[in-house]
Amino acid sequence: MSRRRILHEQKTDGPLLEIRNLRAHFDTDDGVVQAVDDVSFEIHRGEVFSVVGESGSGKSVTAMSILGLIPTLKVASGEILWKGENLLEFSDEDMGAIRGNEIAMIFQDPLTALNPVHTVGRQVGEMARIHEGINKKQAMARAVEMLDLVGIPEPHKRAHQYPHEFSGGMRQRAMIAMAVTCKPDLLIADEPTTALDVTVQAQVLEALVAIKDEIDSAIMLITHDLGVVAGLSDKVMVMYAGRQAEVGTVDEVFYETRHPYTLGLLGSIPRLEQEEGAPLIPIPGSPPSLINRPSGCPFHPRCAFREVPGRCDQEVPALRPVGITEHTAACHFAETLAGVTLDDLRARIDQSELDADADVELVEEPQP
Amino acid sequence: MTNIPIGSDPQSPNTEGRQVALTGDVPELAAARPQRVDVWRRFKRNRLAVAGLIFIVFICLVAVFADVIAPYGYAERPGGTAGAFRAQPSSDFWFGTDTIGRDMFSRIVYGARVSLKIGLAATSIALFIGLVLGAVAGFFGGKIETLIMRITDIFLAIPYIVLAVAVAAVFGRSENAIILVLGLTGWLGVARIVRSSFLSLKQLEYVEAATALGFGRARIMFRHILPNALQPIIVYGTIAIGTTILSEAALSFLGVGPQDPTPAWGLMVAQGKGDLANAAHLVFFPGAAVGLTVLSFVLVGDGLRDALDPRLK
Repeated sequence: MSRRRILHEQKTDGPLLEIRNLRAHFDTDDGVVQAVDDVSFEIHRGEVFSVVGESGSGKSVTAMSILGLIPTLKVASGEILWKGENLLEFSDEDMGAIRGNEIAMIFQDPLTALNPVHTVGRQVGEMARIHEGINKKQAMARAVEMLDLVGIPEPHKRAHQYPHEFSGGMRQRAMIAMAVTCKPDLLIADEPTTALDVTVQAQVLEALVAIKDEIDSAIMLITHDLGVVAGLSDKVMVMYAGRQAEVGTVDEVFYETRHPYTLGLLGSIPRLEQEEGAPLIPIPGSPPSLINRPSGCPFHPRCAFREVPGRCDQEVPALRPVGITEHTAACHFAETLAGVTLDDLRARIDQSELDADADVELVEEPQP
Repeated sequence: MTNIPIGSDPQSPNTEGRQVALTGDVPELAAARPQRVDVWRRFKRNRLAVAGLIFIVFICLVAVFADVIAPYGYAERPGGTAGAFRAQPSSDFWFGTDTIGRDMFSRIVYGARVSLKIGLAATSIALFIGLVLGAVAGFFGGKIETLIMRITDIFLAIPYIVLAVAVAAVFGRSENAIILVLGLTGWLGVARIVRSSFLSLKQLEYVEAATALGFGRARIMFRHILPNALQPIIVYGTIAIGTTILSEAALSFLGVGPQDPTPAWGLMVAQGKGDLANAAHLVFFPGAAVGLTVLSFVLVGDGLRDALDPRLK
């Protein structure tokens, strides 16, 4: 009952994954939650593609929609092209062969993502059993091999233990082992280190990247942690209220920021080079409800550089090139942000009349 | 299906061997005992449950070795037509003799076989049907769930005694017919328990993770969710064996169960009820056998409930 099928070899050197104008929403009792709004991006083989943004910005939903994991999510338009074929047109059975085999997912909390009643080795081996049709014994041997690969000491003993006998970092390594058992082309890691102790976060990420190189895949990394992004990524996509705010390489997004939201995110993390005692720069307010989004640019009520009334509250900014490379941003005034530093941002926020409570409602993040 | 040995010594050599292996090879992990050891430790604290377990083991042994234990056959009339009828308990006939001179002790010993067979078989059928239907209803939801739960409601509305009488009328009165009736009416509770477990368990992240990693639906249902839903089912199943034996006795008493000379306890009570005034032993011994057996299963079920769920302590 091998489900291993080569559904399609990659025909060209085009992107592994290409998402075109994806729009998706949830129908709730309170109204339509526009979780993903006109999102387009590409992920190439070997790349680490990071997605950042506050809670409720649509990061996870975008990722989960690739694998079709949210039954209540309705995709209104757009395409999810995997090696050139639209995953949205795949049957459930065909998706089963893609999931785990070509695209695998690593979850945030490894304690709840591992089944408490099965041994770790059995769960890791199960991947190979169902996708490659090998027998139990071979599967266990494979599991031991994979646990060893992700850096779990004494893998042959650990494989026979249950998830509760593992520490948090070990569990996440086991989860990674499970995800990479079938050598997928794309690993989607949804906040893989959020539930972990800070001291083991770096180790787990190193293991993740080492594995990526080993099996020659790409990683889509969803995270809050800009430090992780800066250290690991090739490309970054900043999301806000279901839309893309800025996309580019790490250097472009971090050092030639062209979107006030990205600037806000950068200002709100502590940095070594900043003056001692200097306060962080918070982004005023909180993310908007995805049911009643602000008019115009969804970020304008919290933006320090807004021109209201004006284009900001009337016209939705499109994602457009802002540099000579593929750097894109969705801000009407992207060009004027060239050369703006965090000190400028601080000065602007200090003197602006931005009210922390202005025009914002609590975000209801749709639960998949 | 279950890793909780019922009616046998839970500290099997297997468990012991595993612990030794752990403590021997990986000293730092000695504290991580297999779960079944913890369950047994908590179960032991409940004296009534242990007493129930001992009685169940005893009854099982009686059933298995009935040929050795019983001095006479269950249909045998030791004194022939001139034998002792309705004899009081004595050293010759420990539990006395019945209205046609058969040894009551032998009949009750053989009756253990009938009761346990019917109890186990009917409960197995009920568990199987309930598990499958409950799992499907809870996992898929929607129209399938509505359909299955409405079928459950319809079955709930049919009194099992009426159904038993109908089945007995069609298929004749036999052990198999009674197993079928009790099995087909006993799954309702199981289906409800399993469905509600599945409803909550399918929301958990490891189920989502299993989907994300491409596992099939059947595998997720029975390999990943079901083992996590087993605890209430084990408890329910244990108690259900007891109540099924009770139902069997009731049906036999009403005359829709196995027929004479099958030594069904309920049937014996029915046969003895006319002589309650002068030969009370005819009702007392089979009645006590039913009562003690049912009580034991219920006590063990209760003990398992406490032992399997540490949060209750």
